[in-house]
Amino acid sequence: MLIDKKHIGMKVPPHSVTLTAWQLKWFAKATGETNPIYFDEAAAHRAGLPGVMAPPTFFFCMDMDKERPFDYLETMGCDLGKMLHGEQSFVYHKPVYSGDTLEFDGEITDIYDKKNGALQFVVKDVKVRRQGELVCDVHSVMVIRE
Amino acid sequence: MTTPSFESLSVGDEIPSLTTEPVSRLTLALYATGSGDHHPLHLDQDYVRSKGIKDVFAHGMLGMAYLGRQLTQWVPQEAIRSFGVRFTAITQVGERLVCTGKVVEKLERDGEKCVRLELTCANEHGEAKHKADAVVALAG
Repeated sequence: MLIDKKHIGMKVPPHSVTLTAWQLKWFAKATGETNPIYFDEAAAHRAGLPGVMAPPTFFFCMDMDKERPFDYLETMGCDLGKMLHGEQSFVYHKPVYSGDTLEFDGEITDIYDKKNGALQFVVKDVKVRRQGELVCDVHSVMVIRE
Repeated sequence: MTTPSFESLSVGDEIPSLTTEPVSRLTLALYATGSGDHHPLHLDQDYVRSKGIKDVFAHGMLGMAYLGRQLTQWVPQEAIRSFGVRFTAITQVGERLVCTGKVVEKLERDGEKCVRLELTCANEHGEAKHKADAVVALAG
């Protein structure tokens, strides 16, 4: 089944996330991080930072930090068991730290297919803001395999 | 960490590589906790078999996180202007990943001196898993 292109332009339900040092500590452990500014609040403060720093890809995790992270794909009728991550990119404006509350405001910006619909691509662009200030643009392409 | 200067870099220069431990089921469980991504494709053998897939496989974003570590070991994170990846192959349990990168362009953007890097995350046999691109701002 081809995804209806009427969903291009659909707004993703917005959400907000308060970043915690606890979560960043586990992310650092999982990724083998050794620089303490990414997992130790005291070390981050000694380095002059307001909190533990979120590493470059963590914006994706926060974007997914909601009850139904792929709500937009479910709305389109996609089988999440056939989903693959195709592309991911970020444009950075400001670093973010534990204690920050961030707002995620996303939109479906493209839907296309390849191989006669065997692979379908759903593109989502999200603006991440802290107290109204843009801190990161998050661009994701998810692939649905038939 | 000594941050390289814009002038000290030439197109073709390689940045320090990063080699990971083999990706284990524990790695995937830890990454699920750290990232909040508990999709059963990465954790639940029964689920993946029901989908006709032989075994759980790594989150694509785990490989991108390793590439991010490679970058932040080379320059402070505040220097990274953009970072993007295409996921070209699945990482299986047991594979060790090797992140490499080189300078492909020197440019000026928004009044800043920057270098564009091409990065690759591959297994030990050189099979590319992710191809990435980053723009990093550097002082003179």
